[in-house]
Amino acid sequence: MESIKITELVKKYDKVTAVDGINLTIEEGEIFGLLGPNGAGKTTTLMMLSTLLKPTSGTAIVNGFNVVTHPDEVRASIGMVFQDPSSDTLLTGYENLKLHALMYNLPWKSIDKKIDSVLELVDLQKRKFDVVKKYSGGMRRRLEIARGLLHEPKIFFLDEPTLGLDPQTRQHIWEYIRALAKKIRMTIIVTTHYMEEAEKLCSRIGIVDHGKIVALDSPAYLIRSTGGDIVNIKGKNLNLKEIEKLPFVKGIKNVEGKYLISVENAGKNLQHLLGLAGDVEFVEVRSPDLNDVFLFYTGREMREAGEEVSFMQDAMRTS
Amino acid sequence: MDIRKTLKGLYALWFREFRVFTREKSRVFSSVALPLFWYFIFGSGVGSMTTNVADYQHFIFPGFLAMTIIFTGLFAGAYIVWDKKIDFLKEVLITPLSRTTVFFGKAMGSMTDALIQSYFLLLVGVLFLGVPFTASSIILSMVMLFVFATGLISLGLIIGSFMTSPEGYGLISSFVIYPIFLLSGALYPLDNLPGWMQILTRLDPATYAVDGLRAVILGKSTMAYLPNLMIVLGFDVAMMFVGTWAFKRMKL
Ligand SMILES: Nc1ncnc2c1ncn2[C@@H]1O[C@H](COP(=O)(O)OP(=O)(O)OP(=O)(O)O)[C@@H](O)[C@H]1O
Ligand SMILES: [Mg+2]
Repeated sequence: MESIKITELVKKYDKVTAVDGINLTIEEGEIFGLLGPNGAGKTTTLMMLSTLLKPTSGTAIVNGFNVVTHPDEVRASIGMVFQDPSSDTLLTGYENLKLHALMYNLPWKSIDKKIDSVLELVDLQKRKFDVVKKYSGGMRRRLEIARGLLHEPKIFFLDEPTLGLDPQTRQHIWEYIRALAKKIRMTIIVTTHYMEEAEKLCSRIGIVDHGKIVALDSPAYLIRSTGGDIVNIKGKNLNLKEIEKLPFVKGIKNVEGKYLISVENAGKNLQHLLGLAGDVEFVEVRSPDLNDVFLFYTGREMREAGEEVSFMQDAMRTS
Repeated sequence: MDIRKTLKGLYALWFREFRVFTREKSRVFSSVALPLFWYFIFGSGVGSMTTNVADYQHFIFPGFLAMTIIFTGLFAGAYIVWDKKIDFLKEVLITPLSRTTVFFGKAMGSMTDALIQSYFLLLVGVLFLGVPFTASSIILSMVMLFVFATGLISLGLIIGSFMTSPEGYGLISSFVIYPIFLLSGALYPLDNLPGWMQILTRLDPATYAVDGLRAVILGKSTMAYLPNLMIVLGFDVAMMFVGTWAFKRMKL
């Protein structure tokens, strides 16, 4: 059964078109990754799917309900971890969760037990009665993941759940998510900047750029679709026209003075390629990863700098 | 079933606000101390220009009861803007609760705040300030304060629902809150005002709350208690109507 079906979804703000005609179907039980640079439209898409934002046009069906005509039913089916922290820092972890449980109409008797079980899942029992102000960023994030799970949603949205966290915490959070997906049959939609993580975690990935999905498939297939190995060369007066004509060359992308060439069977064909190339100063051969996939589909690099900017914005917004 | 869900939601929203209120000791303190502080400054300062200080203090006492409510109304609006800023509002709006429930839950949270303040001031007035009181005038005052708080807090929430920045809210709300207070006759009698100002005071809901309170506390007023109460109730209904509408169209 399909969990989510999006057709020609568009969101326009005054000047920008944040989401520009997305079509997407996500099956029940999938872990689906939305990948894209800052401003690609990931958050906007999730906000429309969670009924907090009205689409300009197009339709989105979530758990069988139209987000525009049946928003209440949609909201009852979903859980969400927002990109920006959204817990009340003056309340304790426990109080934040209890508040959530009450708003979702969980039976009184089950509330404390449920709270304990989600707190255990994210390893926060010891801080249960501390006010959230005293939590670290990672702990707060984990609390919000626990909160999103408390009412056992059918569909769970996570918007950059690991943004700005240290690698260890990041890994922990992904482990929780994976364990969860195994334990409860839940559809998970996650957005992230971290390619390696998406590659390991997601069953399918949609690459978003300028509000459009530019590639959509399993990570392995996406990587294969770049056409083999990646040869990264730098040099003067490179003979690109000749290289492009070679039968084993699948594509060339210029990225900040370097050329990324996707090559079938680089082990065999590299010598031939370099012989033609001209004045080469630097060569690197590697198997492609999702970073390269992104690059091949968008012609741009998903830079670390982008993450920092976005992280700074978060810090400024919440301070 | 649906009613239980709504009640639980209302309780949740109220609980959160009450928790935050009690946890911030400074807020509890300032909310009861500030009205008293103003009362003494105004009562003694402006009172010294009148022939009878005690009389003037008693005259403005109902106005200061109303003032506590006017300022909590302002705070209720600021609080929803704050919730937007810290993104807590997203967490509330994504739950299955209806926007109407969210509106009333927020209103109830601020009601507690407003009633603690104004009832405390009332108590101080009865016990220490020599304001003449009877059992029935205390109860009728409490009713009036409750009814007035409902309208004013709704007004605060309405303004708050349109604003996104606390600074913007501060600016806009002062254009609403100060006229409401100053035109209400809280500080001076309205009988001798020039005509155009009389019209403005008649448009101010606080005028009727203050007049109604004066009717029962001082026995001297322009109108009787009941018509005043009815007008304030009418204001409540209008504000709740607009408030639920405003919350339904509120964007993040
Ligand atoms: N409220 C708004 N008003 C105007 N433009 C907006 C608004 N919210 C988002 N945008 C714009 O819409 C585009 C998509 O933003 P969105 O937040 O969806 O991107 P994103 O993929 O989540 O980026 P990030 O990785 O930084 O979180 C951006 O160009 C952004 O500037
Ligand atoms: Mg985003």
